Amino acid sequence: MAILDAKIPEGSLAEKWTQYKNSVKLVNPANKKKLDIIVVGTGAAGSSAASALGELGYNVKVFCYQDSPRRAHAIASQGGINATKNYQNDGDSVYRLFYDMIKGGDFRAREANVYRAAEVSSQVIDHYTALGVPFARDYGGSLTNRSFGGVQVSRTFYAKGQTGQQCMLGSYSSLNRQISEGTVTMFSRREMLDLVLVDGKARGIITRNLITGELERHSAHAVVLASGGYGTIYYLSTLAIQSNGTAAWKAHLKGALFANPSFAQIHPTSIPQLNEYQSKLTLMSESLRNDGRIWVPKEKNDKRHPNDIPEEDRDYYLERRYPAYGNLVPRDVGSRAAKERCDAGYGVGPTGLAVYMDFRDAIKKQGDKTIEANYGNLFQLYDTITGINPYKEPMQIYPSAHYTMGGLWVDYNLMTNIPGLYAIGEANFADHGANRLGAASLMQCSGDGYFILPFTISDYMADQIKTPRIPVNLKEFDEAEENVRKRLEKLISINGTQTPTFFHKKLGKIMWDYCGMVRNEEGLKKAAELVKELKHEFWTDLKVPDNLNELNQEIEKAGRVSDFFDLAGLLITDALNRKESCGAHFREESQTPDGEAQRNDDEYLYVAAWEFKGEKIPHQLHKEKLKFEEVEVQVRSYK
Amino acid sequence: MKVRLKIWRQENAKAKGAFVTYDFEEVSPEMSFLEMLDALNQKLIKKSDSPIAFDSDCREGICGSCGLYINGRPNGPEKGISTCQLSMRAFKDGDTIYVEPWRAKPFPVIKDLIVDRSAFDKILHAGGFISVNTGSAPDGNSILVPKEYSDLAFDSSVCIGCGACVAACKNASAMLFVAAKVSHLALLPQGRPEARERVKNMVMEMDRLGFGNCTNTGACEAECPKEINLTNIARLNREYFTAKVL
Amino acid sequence: MSNIFNSSIGKKLMVALAGFFLILFLLVHLGINLTLILTESSKPFNVASHFMGTNIIIKVFEVILFTAFLLHIIYVLILQIQNWIARPKRYKIYNFSQISFFSKFMIWLGGIILIFLVIHLTDFYFKSKFGHIGEITYDNISYYTDLSSLVIQKFQIPGIVIFYIACFLILGFHLWHGFQSAFQTLGLNHKVYTPVIKKLGMVYTIVVVSGFTIIPLIIYFTQ
Repeated sequence: MAILDAKIPEGSLAEKWTQYKNSVKLVNPANKKKLDIIVVGTGAAGSSAASALGELGYNVKVFCYQDSPRRAHAIASQGGINATKNYQNDGDSVYRLFYDMIKGGDFRAREANVYRAAEVSSQVIDHYTALGVPFARDYGGSLTNRSFGGVQVSRTFYAKGQTGQQCMLGSYSSLNRQISEGTVTMFSRREMLDLVLVDGKARGIITRNLITGELERHSAHAVVLASGGYGTIYYLSTLAIQSNGTAAWKAHLKGALFANPSFAQIHPTSIPQLNEYQSKLTLMSESLRNDGRIWVPKEKNDKRHPNDIPEEDRDYYLERRYPAYGNLVPRDVGSRAAKERCDAGYGVGPTGLAVYMDFRDAIKKQGDKTIEANYGNLFQLYDTITGINPYKEPMQIYPSAHYTMGGLWVDYNLMTNIPGLYAIGEANFADHGANRLGAASLMQCSGDGYFILPFTISDYMADQIKTPRIPVNLKEFDEAEENVRKRLEKLISINGTQTPTFFHKKLGKIMWDYCGMVRNEEGLKKAAELVKELKHEFWTDLKVPDNLNELNQEIEKAGRVSDFFDLAGLLITDALNRKESCGAHFREESQTPDGEAQRNDDEYLYVAAWEFKGEKIPHQLHKEKLKFEEVEVQVRSYK
Repeated sequence: MKVRLKIWRQENAKAKGAFVTYDFEEVSPEMSFLEMLDALNQKLIKKSDSPIAFDSDCREGICGSCGLYINGRPNGPEKGISTCQLSMRAFKDGDTIYVEPWRAKPFPVIKDLIVDRSAFDKILHAGGFISVNTGSAPDGNSILVPKEYSDLAFDSSVCIGCGACVAACKNASAMLFVAAKVSHLALLPQGRPEARERVKNMVMEMDRLGFGNCTNTGACEAECPKEINLTNIARLNREYFTAKVL
Repeated sequence: MSNIFNSSIGKKLMVALAGFFLILFLLVHLGINLTLILTESSKPFNVASHFMGTNIIIKVFEVILFTAFLLHIIYVLILQIQNWIARPKRYKIYNFSQISFFSKFMIWLGGIILIFLVIHLTDFYFKSKFGHIGEITYDNISYYTDLSSLVIQKFQIPGIVIFYIACFLILGFHLWHGFQSAFQTLGLNHKVYTPVIKKLGMVYTIVVVSGFTIIPLIIYFTQ
């Protein structure tokens, strides 16, 4: 298992990153101009990486499937971004954020990476502020903070409920600056459909021009995947409907290990599904739990209007079960608690699959104005979708698929096991363990892009200066392009009867039912069978209209869904393999008598990194043992 | 419920394009407008027809991908929303609904209801940023920003770049879009050092791309999904004069 | 400064500045005209007209005035043509939403006002300039062009009265948008002052339109 060397630098945890930066190989400015880097994805990670690399003088090519880089799904992040500024004087520190993330991730993340993410968080805030991100301020003009799930300090910077939009536009603006300076070339409406390896190194990608349908070859000395997560494998999720796992999956098929694929976060507070046509679920930011109290009626089937249910008939179940953290328990805990109440028959709303999030007390105490200032746009969003005014009656919420902690396995350099292939942001697995804390995603993505990758990639690029620009007429490019073409032709020539969306919905339902918030051996095995059958049906009965050589949104969907089938198989395999409950991965067989998750540290204190061995051959498991040198591995309790 | 859809179909940028009528009966008032189009597309594919191409991604009104001109208004009959947030509750059984792409010279149609909005990106390349290198920023609290200005900057910065302002304007002017970005950065002390160059370059690029001119009509403000207002345009004018004259 | 008037915003600035000058001119014009109905004698009107026609400073202003008209029209035309070009393919259904209603019609209202202006200048201005009007003496001292009689004579004809009143209304629509719009173009938008400016614009428009309208009406019904 030599390939799983995480390359963690020596030294104490607090010194590792500094020492690493002091000893990393550098590339001189004249040489940087001769080196090409491809970045796939333009979210908070991709945009920030591309602009930072452009500033350094590398030749950067950036790709996104949207019409503009600004539309990447980081734009939809709502609540905030963490940083260890300790502006509130409430005892925050790098160590505390590090510890909160390790604990929040249920001791399944790599210490050194998490510590580094916490370490650079302050710089991220400074940089965004300098870029003009209008974070909330107090009357003295200083930045202000709020508190988020799973922590006891206020370290979350925010811009109303649109923090992601503002950070995304910040990194997009730095990207724009580099585009105008000519260091970055933007390729929008392009989808990466394969990774090209030359002599075992990542040297390029094959993309499909989504307007003309043309397949294009792009070469570089290194490839950075910032292609986000695969939460849309559940079909209904809080993600953008086009978010997908294809880029990461294609890299996986070329040899990159996929780590902890079954760690998928189910967010506790989204608007419940209203009907069968629904194409996505809208998140209600976790920040609402600062002031919103979550409850269900104490009686089953209480049909009274929520405003008519008196205090004594309400069960504030989070406050009851977790008095220390109350409504601010981490996401996985909050989600399961909601599911538990609904499964037990206490759910509300037309489907019984919802709980109340109530602002009555907060409004009474702080007034409409304060609540509006903090959450105005979220309340409005809720009103627009449901037609219910949350100032007047409680919101109905339910968990939904949100974020995937799993992703491509990377070492401390953020490089996958394929030399020259990097994965940053949600596309990698590194920082969130088995559960991500709120407001830690923007932080990690931006940190990876602006402050970590530019250093770590230099270590690799220093050895590339003798490699001339990679020509795209190599046989490796020919083969990769041919394979992509064949697969697309195969998809379009099935000419069956069902649409890609039909299969996607069915797949999503299987995954949600058997591999969602709660999992068990029997269900997972059943899911594996169902996915296999559905996959067969997909490859025999799919219908994709129109042609390949034009804008064809159905072939785009078909390609993504086809990869989801394979990814779903791996996700289930991983969930079956991990016979313990940790973070978002809750195995029914492994719980305490009072229904809390029970880890098995003796057997599963490792990262499960899966290697693709070929079609119809089982994946091979590689284990990266997790060593905790600074923190003591404990039972995660929020009681 | 049942609706009659008259949808602009255009095979590609060079094709002529025309309205095609679809009588669609399987509409539920709970659907969003785009979910209704999704459902129609499923039906079209099964009939071996070509589905209607339209942009959309986040489906929660923040990414700015979607944008349809519905019954003579960007994003349909309701105020302050993007197309993905429009519900079929806004229509009645039996309604005829015209669906057109954004129309403006700098936004050429790519296919059906999809237009090329890269002109917006180009305007931002011309100056929609603060030039600060990664790693060189001072501590976040070393730049104090009066809350009032910070809030105003936020109000301008919520633009989602969807192009509804251009689509709504009788002159296909991009002034509200440009004004929002110029205002956002001009209101913050961090943005002041290059404010003059920024506004000059962005306006020059906007003009070069062939957008129309502002006639202070206010259709942009009335149709902006994020309700960005005309004070931004006045601020843009002010910033421009002072940059040019003083 | 170099190419400010090549830019869209610069051209609009020119339109607004010229517009402001025309707005001021209208007030002066109205002031003089009102003497026709406020006094029994035709003397104040004819004296004022004479002053306007002969004073050297006013002559300079006259040149500026015509230049303002010309710039206002030329720049508006350039802007308008660009606007038409900016949307080569029109919408099938166009539910016009707006905040300032008359802005959509400015070019057409302006066109009508231009036609009116030509007729108006032919009727009075050129006639007085080229001496086709009789003279009148007051107190046997000085001779003045009797513009007053010409006005009174013109406004005996119902068609002309109706035509003028219609044109004043159109001018009013033009001003209703133009007044506040010019402030916006100059970048003068303020949460406290803009509503005041808008009100001022309405008051101004109502005063100018009713002032100009009432004159032919009074002349028609009293003389």
